[in-house]
Amino acid sequence: MDLSYTPEEEDFRARLREWLAKALPGLPPKPKPEDWPGRRAYDLGWQRMLYDAGYADVHWDASPTVRLIFLEETEKAGAPYVGANFVGLLHAGPTIAAEGSEEQRARWLAPILRGDEVWCQGFSEPGAGSDLAALRTRAWRDGDDYVVSGSKIWTSHAEVADWCELLVRTDPQAPKHRGITWLAMPMNAPGVTVRPLRTLAGSAEFAEVFLDEVRVPVANRVGAENDGWRVTMVTLSFERGTAFVGEVVACRRVLGDLARVAYRNGTWDDPVLRRRLGRLNAEFRALWRLTQWNVSEAEGKGVPGVGGSVFKLRYSHARQELYDAAAEVLGPDALDLDRPWALDRLSSLSYTIAAGTSQIQRNIVAERILGLPKGR
Amino acid sequence: MRFQLTEDQRSLRDGMRGLLARRFDGEALRAAVGTPGALDRGLWRELGAAGFFALRLPEADGGVGLGLPEAVLVFEEAGRALLTGPLVATHLAAADVPGAAAGEAVVARVDGGLVEWLAEADTVTGDASGAVALRSVDPLTPLHRVPAAASDPASDPVAVLLTAAEQLGTATRACELAVQHARTREQFGQPIGAFQAVKHLCAEMLVRAETARAAVYAAAVTADTVDIAAARLLADEAAVRGARDCLQVYGGMGFTWEAEVHLHLKRAWVRAQRGGGNTESEELLAVELLK
Ligand SMILES: Cc1cc2nc3c(=O)[nH]c(=O)nc-3n(C[C@H](O)[C@H](O)[C@H](O)COP(=O)(O)OP(=O)(O)OC[C@H]3O[C@@H](n4cnc5c(N)ncnc54)[C@H](O)[C@@H]3O)c2cc1C
Repeated sequence: MDLSYTPEEEDFRARLREWLAKALPGLPPKPKPEDWPGRRAYDLGWQRMLYDAGYADVHWDASPTVRLIFLEETEKAGAPYVGANFVGLLHAGPTIAAEGSEEQRARWLAPILRGDEVWCQGFSEPGAGSDLAALRTRAWRDGDDYVVSGSKIWTSHAEVADWCELLVRTDPQAPKHRGITWLAMPMNAPGVTVRPLRTLAGSAEFAEVFLDEVRVPVANRVGAENDGWRVTMVTLSFERGTAFVGEVVACRRVLGDLARVAYRNGTWDDPVLRRRLGRLNAEFRALWRLTQWNVSEAEGKGVPGVGGSVFKLRYSHARQELYDAAAEVLGPDALDLDRPWALDRLSSLSYTIAAGTSQIQRNIVAERILGLPKGR
Repeated sequence: MRFQLTEDQRSLRDGMRGLLARRFDGEALRAAVGTPGALDRGLWRELGAAGFFALRLPEADGGVGLGLPEAVLVFEEAGRALLTGPLVATHLAAADVPGAAAGEAVVARVDGGLVEWLAEADTVTGDASGAVALRSVDPLTPLHRVPAAASDPASDPVAVLLTAAEQLGTATRACELAVQHARTREQFGQPIGAFQAVKHLCAEMLVRAETARAAVYAAAVTADTVDIAAARLLADEAAVRGARDCLQVYGGMGFTWEAEVHLHLKRAWVRAQRGGGNTESEELLAVELLK
């Protein structure tokens, strides 16, 4: 058990810090949440800066430990989040890298790394959420194209995306996991309609995507026809690796800020509240150690282990508790959306739903780690 | 960074598990319950011979020369097996009390107004005068109540950490027991583990245990007081709630004297009292946020 970093890793950290200190002041002002073109440009611009400095592919080619350091340091320095680059860097890109042909890798990977193109993820459908494999968006062959009809929902960043990693049903007769295909769909293709959905936080972070006889070239298929489920699983295991490193660092900072606010406004004198904050300190320290544990495990095995589900379950609830505690510290101010943390409290509510609900994660832990039988 | 067990640490843990499986199996456990207050001195010496108490003493002093991470691993195993006796107190006294390192002496320790295993002890750390025996909730841990005294040893972070390691062992064991039972016990024509309500109890037990594991192991590496306080909070929670949920999964059998589940819960309660209880750790962690 060793928590120290190698000289090479420390060197990477030092150079990164140095670069961040120089680069971050050059960032343009942060766009308003409702300014979508502005947000797209900002997120892509940041990725371009990373690219020019040689950090663009840290999510793909670096060791898990270096990735951990990268995410820790960028968060500590207050650098922008992956934002609109999320699906490209963490879902579609890794999938194409693992399963795509030479040509496909050449076509799609470089623009993701350079910050030229935005991807979104068209998996969920109105009738297929937790039961993703029940998806019904149909695709059939017509010459060199697939013709796609159906609808997707909860598609984050759909409004500003160039590409969509799309799951479609190519064989309705086959068992549900076996008739699915993975396609890269250009979002500007005729027949694609994006209708933004307002979240409970008031902004339009995701959208419905309607597909009406959209033609997608067969050349845009990654993996074999009807093998899309397996291809997708490669992506999903990526998501549960180091996805939350930056957020844990951020939560620990918020917790410190929160304690100082409590100290100033007098709520600190309430021992119940104080101990609640103490407990959250223990919680996020433990989550940081669990991250290091999982990263070390991935370092040994080359792939993220099942520990990712354990982490996601614990973390998503801890994050909600953090902002609930913040609301207790703030009292009436917690109801004012212009105050810090009020919006964070709202967005924390999505953590137990997005990327596999807590109930689904518990099923995964119970069945895949503990070996309990599947229910009938 | 390689935050995983090394080969050596793995074999140390397996060795300890093997020793306890041979010397403190289910039968020995039941025998111990049948003879409350009696400590198996033969086993105590065997633990001494295996280096359990001298683990962290320098080799030059006849110790094993290992560190806190290794100590945490063997204490986790002790917790898992419900091993009896003042393990933490004797381990801590290895350098100072003659015979403690070798398992020749049994050392008790005043902690939080309580002393475990006072009647069996050859030496007591702290002031145990005026100690009164109480009817211990845990049949495997005799307890004395002592009046608070100025000379009481302050809560020792190492004692807190080793206790957290024992709690981690309990949390892990409770989860294993629950899962074994859930796979074999059938109701409504299927294993109860196929019911989601049961499945999710088990999943949460694992989540709590694994989160506590990361915290306990990391605290053993850093030996930092704040890390130790965090580890104990997580480990107490994982042990106490894990044992309770295990009891629930066992149904009526869980409420019996015969099934070992209650022993895990009761021991977890006893350990949670050590080191000033949870509030002391919570306060420590709260204050650290302001630094
Ligand atoms: C902020 C946000 C962003 C998202 N972004 C995207 C995106 O970019 N692309 C995309 O494809 N999707 C996205 N999603 C969709 C997300 O993956 C789904 O919401 C999620 O998988 C749950 O599906 P559902 O909403 O249909 O809920 P349902 O599956 O209908 O679940 C409803 C409730 O039933 C429970 N439930 C369902 N099945 C079971 C079961 N077997 N056992 C126990 N309980 C069960 C669930 O836990 C939940 O509590 C996003 C979601 C959110 C909230």
